[in-house]
Amino acid sequence: MTQAPLLSVAGLSKRFGGVTAVDSVEFELRENELLGVIGPNGSGKTTLVNLITGFVKPDSGSIVYRGMDITGMNPYKIAQKGIVRAFQMVRPFYQLPAFKNLIVPLFSPRVKKLAGGKYGDRGAVAKDILEEVGFERDSAVINKVARVLPHGYLKRLELGKCVAMRADLIILDELFSGLSLAEVASILPIIEKLRVDGKTIIMIEHRLRELFRIADRVIVLNFGQKIADGPPVEVMESEAVKKAYLGTETEG
Amino acid sequence: MSTEMRKERIDRAIKARSEDIFALNSYREMLYLLAPRVLPILAALVLAFSVNVYWQRVLISASVFGILAISWDLLVSCGMVSLGQALFFGAGAYFSGYMNHAFGWSPFVTVPLAAILGGAFCVIILIPVLRLRGVYFSMVTLILPLMLERIIEATRILGGTEGITGLTPFPSQWIELFVPFAGVWVALFAARRLMSTDYGLVLRGINDNDRSVISAGINIYIFKAQALFIGASMSAFAGAMMTQIYMFVGMPVFALDYSILPIAAAAVGGIGSFAGAMLGAFILVPLSEVLRGIGGLRIIIYSLSLVVFIVALPEGIFPYLQRKYTQFERWVKVET
Repeated sequence: MTQAPLLSVAGLSKRFGGVTAVDSVEFELRENELLGVIGPNGSGKTTLVNLITGFVKPDSGSIVYRGMDITGMNPYKIAQKGIVRAFQMVRPFYQLPAFKNLIVPLFSPRVKKLAGGKYGDRGAVAKDILEEVGFERDSAVINKVARVLPHGYLKRLELGKCVAMRADLIILDELFSGLSLAEVASILPIIEKLRVDGKTIIMIEHRLRELFRIADRVIVLNFGQKIADGPPVEVMESEAVKKAYLGTETEG
Repeated sequence: MSTEMRKERIDRAIKARSEDIFALNSYREMLYLLAPRVLPILAALVLAFSVNVYWQRVLISASVFGILAISWDLLVSCGMVSLGQALFFGAGAYFSGYMNHAFGWSPFVTVPLAAILGGAFCVIILIPVLRLRGVYFSMVTLILPLMLERIIEATRILGGTEGITGLTPFPSQWIELFVPFAGVWVALFAARRLMSTDYGLVLRGINDNDRSVISAGINIYIFKAQALFIGASMSAFAGAMMTQIYMFVGMPVFALDYSILPIAAAAVGGIGSFAGAMLGAFILVPLSEVLRGIGGLRIIIYSLSLVVFIVALPEGIFPYLQRKYTQFERWVKVET
């Protein structure tokens, strides 16, 4: 029995001037899958995220989510459908205390709809979620404005926003970048718990070792094209991937 | 290792600045919270009843600019830097003046109605630029009032260069004083209240990081339009009041003064707290009147004092006072 895919991307392309950032990319995503997206710098990973979340409109191709064509839809509408991203460059509300950062996603029409028309006490929910993503409860940290928070906390805050939105498909764009090994190790269980809760996750990552431990499947991009797709072990063995990452001896 | 003196700041015992719930344990603590809110209102009332008619007019003018400044500050808090408060002000003024002139409605009807219609009118003409960020929004707001002024001049609609005269004033001098005066306080507390609600938090979020708000599935343009309506209505209310008080509306309502002075007031008083913007207006407007006596050098001294204010207290007067009120300061020795 095969389930209909949660997300299917077909023939997706985006050019910026003369550069083809994403070039007829095609993949499918099953419910509750954890898909890793890897590739050298400039291979179009973040553009792919921008295309799926609607921040960038594709030149051609289609994105279908739960059987609905969301290609070129407004980003806020896509977010309402449950596709939520954590930004690579953290985008907190710098003037607001940490827990108030989550009030904005908790104000989302999506959250209201899922909660049955009522919002409830957003402040309390925000603090619960912060604890879930690794803030120490009742510590001074949750009251500090985001401007003074260390990078690790800001990354957790990005993750917290996805949780607050009750996202079905979470896209983590280089969540681990700039984090220490210990910090990554403490975030991994949070991601695994999200999967237990039934979330589907796309992770764009450069930290391959950690990614391969948790990913079901990995796709590899190079110059905007998908060059490999499969379980982590297979992908790593693929010649095309080795070439993309390490180059070949004949190359200049 | 050497020692040097450093200033240490300590919050006062009561967590007056905390946004969490806290208990008030004594009259002293209650007074601590109430004094900065109630005393200025009392002082302003005493002032209003003790000065002559000329200075009452100045107070009215200060209140009007106070509302414009609060409205400017509100829009800035939502990421819209307006250089055209005169647009909102003028829209309210003309709506009120025209309705009063054409239908003979009382100021008590035209002023509130003009606030709503003026706000709506401004939102409609600004909708195309709501998508623009930063300086582009500012440019358009700067130009629109000047453009409307020329349109009225060229097409001779709404009284053309003559304006509309002979409008109905408020029934008494006290009502003339009370309406703007109450208006500015209501605007102040309403704006502060609004921005501390969760709805206001979303507005502040748009200013801080609009893409994050979009990612939360929120249509920021609707929020921006709503905030613009609230801010524009405030200013339109001020314009409508002025029109009825002066019994005249004409092209000067779109003058640059109404755009620039509110910004100066907010800069002097402190941006982001609304109280600062209002305080700034209540300093700058009377200051400008006091300087009227010295003739030609007036503008120079006025501008110089503006510079002095801003250089000496870049954070603004209100945040400075607030800090002095909520924190102790003491010098401590530190080893470096």
